[in-house]
Amino acid sequence: MTKVIAIVSGILFGYGLALSGMLSPAKVIGFLDLTGDWDPSLAFVMGGGLIVTVISFRLLLRLPHPLFGDKFQVPNRTDLDKRLIAGSATFGIGWALGGLCPGPAISSLAYADPRIFIFFASMVAGIWLAKTLLPQRAQSAVAN
Amino acid sequence: MENFTPFTSLSGGIILGISATLLLMSGRIAGISGILGGLIPPASDDKSWRVLFLIGLVTGAALFPLVGGDTDYIDVNPYNFEESIHYGILVLAGLLVGAGTNIGAGCTSGHGICGLGRLSARSLVATLSFMASAIIVVFVIRQITGG
Repeated sequence: MTKVIAIVSGILFGYGLALSGMLSPAKVIGFLDLTGDWDPSLAFVMGGGLIVTVISFRLLLRLPHPLFGDKFQVPNRTDLDKRLIAGSATFGIGWALGGLCPGPAISSLAYADPRIFIFFASMVAGIWLAKTLLPQRAQSAVAN
Repeated sequence: MENFTPFTSLSGGIILGISATLLLMSGRIAGISGILGGLIPPASDDKSWRVLFLIGLVTGAALFPLVGGDTDYIDVNPYNFEESIHYGILVLAGLLVGAGTNIGAGCTSGHGICGLGRLSARSLVATLSFMASAIIVVFVIRQITGG
C-alpha cells in the first residue's frame, strides 16, 4: 500500500506543479522579481498547498501512527542552526539563478529539454558533494 | 502582471497539498530534495518508495499536456542568457540548489509546504532564508542585465 501511495502521490505532485506554473523558470523569476514586473501567482501555489496541509497535517499527526505505515518519519528537531539558514540561503541563490527548485527540475525531465538535464545532473552532483564533504546528521537526512 | 494566474496556481497548490497529505498517510514527508537525496550515495535503506515517488513526479508532469494542459508557458531561460552562458549558469545553479537543500535539510516543498503545514519554526526560518536570498539575487541580476 505504501508503494501505491508513493506513486500516486508523486503523480499528483508532478501534475500539480505543471498546473501551478512552477515548471516555468520565467514564472518563478517573475514571482521573485518584486521590484520589476511582479507576478504574485506563485504565492497562490504555496497558499493553496498550505490551506490543505495546515489542516490535514494537524489531524494526521495526532494519530499514534500513520494510516498506512508503522511510524511517522517527520523531522523532530526544533533548534535553529547556521546550517539550516546558510544552506537555505545557498539554495535560494541557485533557485534565483536557474528558476528551478528540486520538484520542478525533476518533473520537467518529462519534457526532454537538454537544459533541464544539465540542471538535474548538477543538482544531483551538488547533493552528492554536500553528503560527501560535510558530516551528515541522521535527523537532517530524514528531514526532507 | 499580465501573466498573473491566481486560479490555476491556487488549484495546482491545492493538488500539491493533497499529494503531501496522501504521502503523510504512509508516514512520509513530501520534501523533494530529501526524497532524491536519500537515493544518492551514501543512500538510505528505503529506496523503493523514493524511486516510485520520483517516477510518479515525472509521470504527473508528462500527463499534464496529454489531458489538455498547456505547457507553452514554460520558458527555461528567463534572463535571455546566451546559450553557452546559460548552460554554465544552469550548472552553477544546480550545484547550489543540490548542496543548499541538502545542507539546509529541505526545499520549497519540504520546508515551504510540509514544514510550514505543521507550523515548524525551522521551516519558517528556512523558507524566509531562501526567499530572501532568491529575491536579492534576482534583483542584482536585473540590475546587471538591465531587464
